[in-house]
Amino acid sequence: MAKILVDNWPQFIHGFWNTVWCSLIALFFSLLLGVIFALMEVAPSKLASAIAHIYIEIFRNIPLLVITMIFYLVVPRSGIKMSGFAAGTIGLALYSSAFIAETVRAGINSVGKGQMEGARSNGMTYNQAMRYVILPQALKIVIPPLGNQFVNLIKNSSVLAFVAGFDLMYEADTIAFSSLETINTYIIVGVFYLILTLPLSYYMRYLEKRLA
Amino acid sequence: MKKIKKILVLPLFILLLLAVSGCGRRPEGNVYTQTKESKTIYWGVKADTRLFGLMNIKTGKIEGFEIDLANALTKQILGKNGKAEFVQTTPKTRIPLLKNGNIDAAIATMTITPERKKQVDFSTPYFNAGQSLLVKDDSDIKNIRDLNGKTAVAVKGTTAVANVKKFAPKAKVLEYDDYGQAFAALKAGQGQAMTTDNGVLAGIASENPGYKLVGGTYTTEPYGIAVNKGQNDMLKQINKALEELKANGTYHRLVVKWFSGIPGFNVKEAEGLNG
Amino acid sequence: METFIHAYSWIDIRFLLQGLWVTIYVSLISIALSFVIGIILGFIRYVNIKYVSAIVGFIIDIIRNLPLLLIIFFTYFGLPELGLVTNPTVASIIALVVFEGAMVAEIVRSGIGAVDPGQMEGARSNGMTYMQAMTHVVLPQALHKMVPSLLSQFVSLVKDTSLATIIVLPELLYHAQIIYGQNSTYLIPMYIIIAVMYFIVCFSLSMFANHLQKTGW
Repeated sequence: MAKILVDNWPQFIHGFWNTVWCSLIALFFSLLLGVIFALMEVAPSKLASAIAHIYIEIFRNIPLLVITMIFYLVVPRSGIKMSGFAAGTIGLALYSSAFIAETVRAGINSVGKGQMEGARSNGMTYNQAMRYVILPQALKIVIPPLGNQFVNLIKNSSVLAFVAGFDLMYEADTIAFSSLETINTYIIVGVFYLILTLPLSYYMRYLEKRLA
Repeated sequence: MKKIKKILVLPLFILLLLAVSGCGRRPEGNVYTQTKESKTIYWGVKADTRLFGLMNIKTGKIEGFEIDLANALTKQILGKNGKAEFVQTTPKTRIPLLKNGNIDAAIATMTITPERKKQVDFSTPYFNAGQSLLVKDDSDIKNIRDLNGKTAVAVKGTTAVANVKKFAPKAKVLEYDDYGQAFAALKAGQGQAMTTDNGVLAGIASENPGYKLVGGTYTTEPYGIAVNKGQNDMLKQINKALEELKANGTYHRLVVKWFSGIPGFNVKEAEGLNG
Repeated sequence: METFIHAYSWIDIRFLLQGLWVTIYVSLISIALSFVIGIILGFIRYVNIKYVSAIVGFIIDIIRNLPLLLIIFFTYFGLPELGLVTNPTVASIIALVVFEGAMVAEIVRSGIGAVDPGQMEGARSNGMTYMQAMTHVVLPQALHKMVPSLLSQFVSLVKDTSLATIIVLPELLYHAQIIYGQNSTYLIPMYIIIAVMYFIVCFSLSMFANHLQKTGW
C-alpha cells in the first residue's frame, strides 16, 4: 500500500487540493445562496417566499449527480464552456445551498418572534432588525448543523469523478487502473477524505455539546 | 408499541432473504464443471458499444458481434441445450466481476495486454482492433500527433489512455466511465477528439452524422476472451470452440454480418488475416 | 421539439420506467434495512456499553465521514475478496444500508438524547425495566422527534441510488444514459425527464412522511 502512495504521490496531492478547492468555492457560494434563499423564505413577501420555496424543493429533490451532469453535458450545448471542475463545483454549490437555506431558515425561526417585534418597536426597519438582531443570533445557533452540511459537501464533491473534475476520487480511479490495486488505492483515498472530514465533524460535535 | 415491533421485524426478514440470495456461486470452484452442471455460461459483455454489445431498448436484450459469438461459443461448449446469460460490464467492472465469480468469462472489447495478463487469462484473439480517433467533420486533427496540446476524451480502465500518453505526450486526456458518457462529453465540446478502438468508434460514427474517424489505426489491439486466473479447463474449452467456429465458417459469417460495409473498417484486418 | 416527441416514445419511456422501478425497490429495501440497523446501532451508541459502544461509535464515525461513492466501491470490489459474491443490486443495497445506517444511527443517538431524562425515571419508578422503559416510552417519543431528520436522510438515500450507475446498477440514471448513449440528440430530453421523475419520487416521499408525522404512527 505504501508503494502505491509513494509512486502516485503527486497525483494524490493534486486530487486532494482540487477536492479542497472545489469544496471551499462551493461552500462560499452555497452559504451565500443559502442565506439569501433563507431570508427570502421567511420574508413577508409571498412571492419571495414562494420563489425560495420552489428553489429549495427543486434542488433538494433531484440527485446531485443529475444536476452536475446537466451542467457538464447540457449547458455547454448552448455555447457556454464548462470544465468538469466548474460544472461539478456549480452543481455542488446549488445543491448544497438548498440544504443550507433550510438550516438557516430553521435557525431564524428558532430565534423567535419576540426579538423581531422588540427590534421593530425600537424603531428598526424589518431589514435592519433582520440584519443586526435576528441573523447574527440565528447563524450562531446553526453553526453545528452548518458544519455538518460542510462535511456532506466535502463528501459529495466526489461526483467530480463522473465529469473528469480531477478531484481525489477521479485520481483514485486512474491510479486504481494503472496500478491494478483497486482496493488499496481506494483505502488510501478514504484516508485522505477522513483527514478533511473527521476533524471537522468532531469539532462540530464538540460545539454542539458546548452550545446545548 | 406493537407497531414499532412490526416495523422492526419486517426489514429483518428482508435482510435474511438478501443474505440467502447473496450466497450463490463461489469464485474458487472450477468454472467449467459448474457451467456443465448448470448448462449455462455467464458472459460479461458490453451494453453501450454499438456493433459489439449494445442494449436494444425495445426488447431489453443486448445485441452485437460479441453477443452472437458468445451464443455460438456456448452452443459449441455445452451443446444445443447450453444457455448463455449476459451480464453488463464496463471497463471498470469487468475484471473484478471475473475475480468475484459473477461471470464465467468476459467477452467485452478487451485488449490482451501484459498488465491484464497478471490478473486474468486470455483466449486466443478473436478480433483485431486498433486504436483510432473520432473527431468532428470539420476538425483539423488528422492523426494522433495532432492531439498534442489538445484534449482527448477516453474511457477509464481502457488501453487508450496510456497509448495517447505514448504517442502524444502533450495531449490532455479526460476519462469517463463508459463510451456513452465519453461521446456525450465530446459532443458537449469537453474535448476535441475521442479515442479508443476503431470498431467502437466506427459504431458511434455510423449513428452520428457530423463525426468521422481519422488517422487510421496507430496501435494493434487484439481482443481476447478473459477468464479468471487458474480456470484452465474453461480457457481450453473456449479456445477449442473458437477454433471450431473459425474452421466451420461461423466466425467469418458473424464478422461479415456486423462489420462489412462499415466505413473505415477492414474486415480482413479484423479477422487477423493480414498478419 | 420533434426530438422531444421522438425521445419520449413509449419504448424509451418504458425503458426509463424499468430503471425507475429498480431505483424505487433498491431504495425501499435500503430504507427499511438502514432504519432497523440505524436504530440498533444508535441505541448501542447511546446506552454506553463498555468498549462495545466506543468501537461501534468509531466505526460509525468513519463511515459517516467517507463519500458514499467510496463505500459503493468497497462493497462492490472489496466484499468478494472476503468471499462474498455479490451482484450490482446486492452490492448497492449493502453500500446504501451501511452508509445510511450510520447516518440514521447518529440521528437516533441525538434523538434519544433529546428526550427528557425525566421520562425514563418516571417509567422506571412505575416498575418498568430499563429495556421496557426504553422501547415503550423513550424510543417512541424519540422516533417522533427524529421524523424530519430521518425523512430528509431517506430522501437523500433515494437520490444517492443514482451513484450506483458506477457499478452498472440498471437504475433510472443508467437507463437514461443508455438511451442517450445510442442517440446523443436525446441527451437534453432525457435529463429533463429523469430530473422530473426523481423529483416526483422524492417529493412524494416527503409528502408521505409529513402525512405520517401528522396522523401519528
